[in-house]
Amino acid sequence: MIPGEFEYHAPSTVDEAVALLDRLGDEAKILAGGHSLVPAMRFRLAQPAHLVDINGIDDLAYLREEGDHLAIGAMTRESALEHSDLVARRYPMLADAGHVIADPLVRNRGTVGGNLAHADPANDHPAVMLAYGATLVAQGPGGRREIAVDDFFTGLFESAMAANEILVEIRVPAPGAGNGEAYEKFERKVGDYAISAAAVRLTMSGNTCTAARVGLTNVSAVPMRSAGAEAAMAGKELTEEVIEAAGQAAAGECDPSADLRGSEAYKRDVTRVLVKRAIRKAMARAQGGAA
Amino acid sequence: MTHLDDSVQTMHSVPEGSSAQVETTEEIRITTPENVCGMGHRMKRKEDPRFIRGQGRYVDDVKLPGMLYMDIVRSPYAHAKILNIDASEALAMDGVVAVITGKDLEAAGGLHWMPTLMSDTQMVLPIEKVVYFAQEVCAVIATERYIAADAIEKVYVEYDPLDAVVDPFEAMKDKVIVRDDKEKKTNHIWHWEAGDKEATDKVFADATTVVKEKMHIPRIHVSSIETCGMVANYDATMGKMQLYMTTQAPHAIRTVFALVSGLPEHKIQVIAPDIGGGFGGKVPVYPGYVICAVASLVTGKPVKWIEDRSENLQADSFARDYHIEAEMAADADGKITGMRVKTLADNGAADAAANPSKFPAGMYSICTGSYDMKAAHVEVDGVYTTKPPGGVAYRCSFRVTEAVHMVERMVEIMAHQLGEDPADFRKKNFIQPDQFPYKSPTGWEYDSGNYPAALDKALEMIDYRALRQEQAEKRARGELMGIGISSFTEVVGAGNSRDFDILGIKMFDSAEVRIHPTGKAIARFGTKSQGQAHETTYAQIIAEELGIPAADIEVEEGDTDTAPYGLGTYASRSTPTAGAAGVMAARKIKAKAKKIAAYLLEVGEDDLEWNMDRFQVKGSPDQHKTIQDLAFAAYTNHPHGMEAGLEATDYYDPPNMTFPFGSYICVVDIDKGTGHIKVRRFVAIDDCGNIINPMIVEGQVHGGLTQGLAPALYEEIVYDEYGQNLTGTFADYLLPTAVESPKWETGHTITPSPHHPIGAKGVGESPTVGAPPAIANAVVDALWHLGVRHLDIPITPEKVWKALRDAGVSD
Repeated sequence: MIPGEFEYHAPSTVDEAVALLDRLGDEAKILAGGHSLVPAMRFRLAQPAHLVDINGIDDLAYLREEGDHLAIGAMTRESALEHSDLVARRYPMLADAGHVIADPLVRNRGTVGGNLAHADPANDHPAVMLAYGATLVAQGPGGRREIAVDDFFTGLFESAMAANEILVEIRVPAPGAGNGEAYEKFERKVGDYAISAAAVRLTMSGNTCTAARVGLTNVSAVPMRSAGAEAAMAGKELTEEVIEAAGQAAAGECDPSADLRGSEAYKRDVTRVLVKRAIRKAMARAQGGAA
Repeated sequence: MTHLDDSVQTMHSVPEGSSAQVETTEEIRITTPENVCGMGHRMKRKEDPRFIRGQGRYVDDVKLPGMLYMDIVRSPYAHAKILNIDASEALAMDGVVAVITGKDLEAAGGLHWMPTLMSDTQMVLPIEKVVYFAQEVCAVIATERYIAADAIEKVYVEYDPLDAVVDPFEAMKDKVIVRDDKEKKTNHIWHWEAGDKEATDKVFADATTVVKEKMHIPRIHVSSIETCGMVANYDATMGKMQLYMTTQAPHAIRTVFALVSGLPEHKIQVIAPDIGGGFGGKVPVYPGYVICAVASLVTGKPVKWIEDRSENLQADSFARDYHIEAEMAADADGKITGMRVKTLADNGAADAAANPSKFPAGMYSICTGSYDMKAAHVEVDGVYTTKPPGGVAYRCSFRVTEAVHMVERMVEIMAHQLGEDPADFRKKNFIQPDQFPYKSPTGWEYDSGNYPAALDKALEMIDYRALRQEQAEKRARGELMGIGISSFTEVVGAGNSRDFDILGIKMFDSAEVRIHPTGKAIARFGTKSQGQAHETTYAQIIAEELGIPAADIEVEEGDTDTAPYGLGTYASRSTPTAGAAGVMAARKIKAKAKKIAAYLLEVGEDDLEWNMDRFQVKGSPDQHKTIQDLAFAAYTNHPHGMEAGLEATDYYDPPNMTFPFGSYICVVDIDKGTGHIKVRRFVAIDDCGNIINPMIVEGQVHGGLTQGLAPALYEEIVYDEYGQNLTGTFADYLLPTAVESPKWETGHTITPSPHHPIGAKGVGESPTVGAPPAIANAVVDALWHLGVRHLDIPITPEKVWKALRDAGVSD
């Protein structure tokens, strides 16, 4: 569990980091919280020749509402989500996720940006941000650009960002009227990746769902939304039958692989159950029920 | 190998008076004041100041001048011929000193093979073929740890893969032979039986109810937080080999090293410094130790080898892995009459278990448990597979965990089958307090016990009847709740020299107590703490005997140049054996101190009586000499003709095993949607005889219960069909944390051992042994009405989900 040899770089600005990435190309990896990268390096599954440590860039960690969205600096630690009153009050799905990502030690170090940029379908933020319809901001040699989360994940561990770009900010649309949201995760033990998890954001008008976004964790090779679950709910009164239909749509649409966390059939059924639970919780929150 | 059918008969030779009926109490006896801190005091652990401050000294903390580092090339195959090993590129790297292969070890005097503790053989480094995934293939020695890690990637090994045999039942067909080095081309290693087959068959023929179940006790790993490692330091000038080593049995290891290597035993010093958890996994000798020692001999320099986590999980000895077919018979009154058990023991590529020599299946024949029955018969067969060798007794006193799980599951199944409440059914079938000493149908003599008392206390503490009421109400609403009981009996403290030895060395243990002139003391033992707090417990035992404050007694273990010879710490044997030796040594000292007191007080010895920390003249307590006075006199003013000094050594050979027991009750709630099991409550009543330090006992119980929760719900070493280990990191081998653990609710009863000098029995392993069936029984109890009879541990959410969906239950 000793990594191979690498050169270590510690830029103090985003511009400096981008310049390094531009120069080093594929040979470089960005070190954020390091909780995915460092274990991979210790097993020598990843052997980058250069590590660009962006922990010394101090203006990338923030949580603030700006106009119509919540702006999250990419280097914001997961534990900050867990302890933020703003997040707890206005973005309960993000707060839900903040409590169940890995374990408390990892959350102290792991970052929101790293969790997304790694583009691992087993991570929690991809599904959550898909459900939020978030916008991701990347900075490269040509400046900043916005990427819709729906366009961000392009493959397993692959994103729409170029090798010389850094994820700098995540923008989460602020809740509108009738907003309800929840993240439901089931894992074997604390710190494990999800067997499955469901992120649900609803817009409710009375008992009728006017809009829905559903993201799923660790049941596909690329982070995914469940269009079927969303369609099952949109424009409908959320009866138990509709909720069951949404759960079944998600279970049918996802594409889990069998591993030590369970068989494909098990993961599909757990997905069904979790989608339903997330919907019920989101509804309750939309209707001012239990947070 | 050998048939050992006769081993059981010898168990009947327990001396008269070593077992008896004794009273059960709850009050912990304290006879010394706080400043002396003898037995019963909740003394803070003397070793903790250094551990809490991060100042323990573990093997990896040993740094010697000029030290080299070793890393190991491991096999990517479970079974493969080795065609070639090309180390030229590694050897050409700056800082690489040597590459050691099996051929090198062969040339060094046949060291490419070594004996296991079960008198089998195991490869140190292979020449012909590898027989398990992650097997040691060769080793690189380098000047820096990082260079060694880089260099193992530059050793090119050419393999010709062979078929793996992962399933032990498949292995019994002998299609793939694991050990073709042996004369007999079979994977079957041994057959072992206990009990009376004919009497058992008769009991089954007469039974009105028979229940049967197949169960697998999964292959698990001790996962001590400190992995294994060594610093070998051979001094060519002095001809002395110093081995800093993560071992639970330093003395036995020294003897084995001497016999295998040919180095004279007085020139081998094994030092077991602080150890970060052993749990049985640091009893065997692993190939890495041998290679490391040879590397130091070859290079003439100190060599350090420390395993990483994956090496530890993938290659070191596993535990358990018993495939059991059990039957239980009962008569028309619902009285258990007998058990019939067949078991296949998957030993991996060598029988490297750590059992006493006569017991290839350990104490597995204790499997009639806490229940009185007429007859029982147990058969076990050992088999080779292409998996790492083992198995060690992971916090379980030699296969007792497997036995207890089986009997507690069977009792539960029988109770449900008969429609009886599992608590009432247990009470009806318990060995009753007036039956002790109790001769079991498989030949054990239980020293003492009071099973109803422990179960009653547990039932009361958890309010069992109210829970059953709640369960009935919940079931009516379609909610799933289960209550599980385990009323286990342990057999620990091996053991008497008639029956117990390891490679011929009898399983006594030892203490050497020396009182300094100022009344302070040093005590050395043949055991080795790995976190059990011997430095505190042993000091309290001696404080109890001699009245010297426990704070004034330095306890040392683990250095074979200074400590008396002993067999080490495992199988909950330290207090039953070395603890008893400490008592006996203290009593020898007391006898000498009495003579000095008589001399100083100018009275006859018969005129003196002992009072906590002093000898006083009977009827005239003002005339006395404290132990400190007597210690000073032993060096300054001892009687003419008497040897100076005040010290004694004792090698204690216990007359019998001790039989701790307890009753655990677990409550679970089950999520119909995901199959998630929540352990809502867990009450544990333990009876380990007299308690030396209640705080340490509670700590042992808490840790042991968590290590019982682990295999019940989480842990299993999983292999694919090619013998690849799929659980080689803590991301996949799931250790429960504080989040998964319930609040452990503990309590005790006290039924002393009649033959142990202070009535203690040992407690380290009871919770690990007792907890898994309580949890498994609770889960099955929640699902019994749906037709579920048994679920193999670890009971994962998916297993529960499948049982629910099969029964048509969903969410």
